[in-house]
Amino acid sequence: MLSINDLHARVEDTTILKGLDLEIKPGEVHAIMGPNGAGKSTLGYVLSGRDGYEVESGSVEMNGKDLLDMEVEERAQAGIFLAFQYPVEIPGVSNMEFMKESVNAIREARGENALSSAEFLKKAKDACKQVELPLDFLKRGVNEGFSGGEKKRNEIMQLIMLEPKLAILDESDSGLDVDALQVVAKGVNSQRDGERSFIVVTHYQRLLDYIQPDYVHIISNGKIVKSGGPELAKEVEASGYAWLAEAEGVDA
Amino acid sequence: MSEQIDQALARKYDAGFVSEIESETFPIGLDEDVIARLSAIKGEPEWMLEWRLKAYRTWLKMDEPDWAHVDYPKVDYQSISYYSAPKSMSDKPQSLEEVDPELLRTYEKLGIPLHEQEMLAGVAVDAVFDSVSVVTTFREKLEEAGVIFCPISEALHKYPELVKKYLGTVVPRGDNFFAALNSAVFTDGSFVYIPKGVRCPMELSTYFRINEQNTGQFERTLIVAEEGSHVSYLEGCTAPQRDENQLHAAVVELVALDDAEIKYSTVQNWYPGDEDGKGGIYNFVTKRGLCEKNAKISWTQVETGSAVTWKYPSCILKGDNSVGEFYSVALTRGRQQADTGTKMIHLGKNTKSTIISKGISAGRSDNAYRGLVRMGPGAEGARNFTECDSLLIGDQCGAHTFPYIESSNPTAIVEHEATTSKVSDDQLFLCRQRGLDPEKAVSMIVNGFCKEVFRELPMEFAVEAGKLLEISLEGSVG
Ligand SMILES: Nc1ncnc2c1ncn2[C@@H]1O[C@H](COP(=O)(O)OP(=O)(O)O)[C@@H](O)[C@H]1O
Ligand SMILES: [Mg+2]
Repeated sequence: MLSINDLHARVEDTTILKGLDLEIKPGEVHAIMGPNGAGKSTLGYVLSGRDGYEVESGSVEMNGKDLLDMEVEERAQAGIFLAFQYPVEIPGVSNMEFMKESVNAIREARGENALSSAEFLKKAKDACKQVELPLDFLKRGVNEGFSGGEKKRNEIMQLIMLEPKLAILDESDSGLDVDALQVVAKGVNSQRDGERSFIVVTHYQRLLDYIQPDYVHIISNGKIVKSGGPELAKEVEASGYAWLAEAEGVDA
Repeated sequence: MSEQIDQALARKYDAGFVSEIESETFPIGLDEDVIARLSAIKGEPEWMLEWRLKAYRTWLKMDEPDWAHVDYPKVDYQSISYYSAPKSMSDKPQSLEEVDPELLRTYEKLGIPLHEQEMLAGVAVDAVFDSVSVVTTFREKLEEAGVIFCPISEALHKYPELVKKYLGTVVPRGDNFFAALNSAVFTDGSFVYIPKGVRCPMELSTYFRINEQNTGQFERTLIVAEEGSHVSYLEGCTAPQRDENQLHAAVVELVALDDAEIKYSTVQNWYPGDEDGKGGIYNFVTKRGLCEKNAKISWTQVETGSAVTWKYPSCILKGDNSVGEFYSVALTRGRQQADTGTKMIHLGKNTKSTIISKGISAGRSDNAYRGLVRMGPGAEGARNFTECDSLLIGDQCGAHTFPYIESSNPTAIVEHEATTSKVSDDQLFLCRQRGLDPEKAVSMIVNGFCKEVFRELPMEFAVEAGKLLEISLEGSVG
């Protein structure tokens, strides 16, 4: 469903992605690991079309369509979802309003009717329950005053609401204790249905104990330097990223 | 990002049409004869003319204020016409059926149907077109409750003693340059009187519309709430899109006697001028309320229009335990300039005031909050809380805060908080990543920023205000 070919992208004057290839089929979970600064978040931003992340060369196709040709919101409407590493606050806009606008914008783009208030409310309550967020979080401003863990769970709540085709999780595990990690993983796993694909970006192997990936890729200095199955994550756990420095002459 | 925001902000003014209505309009210019003619047309009592002339003579000696953070070419007061009325109003219509259909269509276009069966349930409307009141709805129902709600010109005939007793008691004739001018030449506006102990059975609302070219609008509103009474009043304003600047200099006086409560809301959408600052309304307004013992006055305003705004709805908290509130959203874009805020004058013991001001600046506009909190020597145990937030959209606009605090009572407490934030790239990206287009994203973020103020508006108008902001921020569809 997603095909990334020889992708080069830069931020300001620095080229960050330097020839990245990745092929994702429907229903697959791809874990992306790598040291800080490797370009993991950059990949998520480039795929979702963030301003300031400029593609120099290469291509990205989603279900045969040129993704790079689409606006940010068009990509979202086409089914790309990014769970942010650092979710931002929108004071005064309740989670409920935000999700309602969002769900309906995406439904409209797909030619579906807007959800009725009752349908929406039911869906929102179910999503909250799945990630164990109290229902009053729906009334609170988007991420306003949320703890780090609550923000991460709120991202997964949005994932559940929006039913994307490809979900990109950017370090959804960072800063979580084991209990919260399990909640996040459970929420994500509930969305695995054989069709939806995932890119799970993580620095640590720990998350992958709970979200079983089909493939693990190690990214370093803007490219994938090693790919394998879940066992690759265990290897990283054991030896860290130091070997990359030797293999590639790169800071780890 | 700034490009998208610029697009989102490309202006559109829905109320900018001109109505083809035959009018009787005074030639331009102002002198004592003009005032006498104006007073005569309205058939005013002799004392009223005297009052106007005194105001005029005071005004002649005054200078136009220049301390506000606004910059505009001086107004030539001799090039304005001081009276304009639809011709069909000269024999005042006795009922809605007699009102010029073109006039009714104008209000319908603005979304204010004046036929009572089509109206928002529970809202009585007084519609003021250029210099005169066109129609007031739901009168009988209000009369049953003893509430008077009519054009002030009519009140001068029917209730001269009431008008005489209160007119100019809160905003004296010579209070300031614009108030003095208004006192000399005001044409119409609303008069509201709520008898002792009465809760007004419906929202009262006035819609002001400037239509004619080169006319000024000088309306005067007087609201008197007797002991223990309660009223909620809303004013809305629009004007056609014209290349010339037009002057609007209103005076609003509120009198809240012991234990009374007045809630005064404004949704102001005067034409703001074009992208380069051509045309638009000069909105120079004096609004002030007086609170007796345990009384409460609450000002809520959503201001999106006008080329230049100069406006400080204020409360004089004279009676012990009285309460003043000011909730404001002021949005400026293009070349708009707003200098607005409030004054809370604490005179009585244990008086309380709250100021929540939300300024939103976009384009190349300038938005200033100016607020005074004064604690008089008798303001034992008085308290004020001020929160002043500015939101910047893009990087060519300005936000300024000028808080003035004067305290002559050591037991009084004044708290002031101020923040300035931007619609950030991160917020915009989050919204778009969730499928919202940039316009929707900006308007949602702005609406969120204004939430505390919108909460204070009467239900029917909170939605309207939200939509108004959305339209003001919108580029293409309206
Ligand atoms: N806005 C930016 N401006 C300049 N450099 C950036 C910017 N964002 C990221 N970078 C740089 O790009 C590299 C990759 O960053 P990132 O994708 O965030 O890495 P990761 O998520 O793998 O830790 C880092 O060297 C980082 O400093
Ligand atoms: Mg990162």
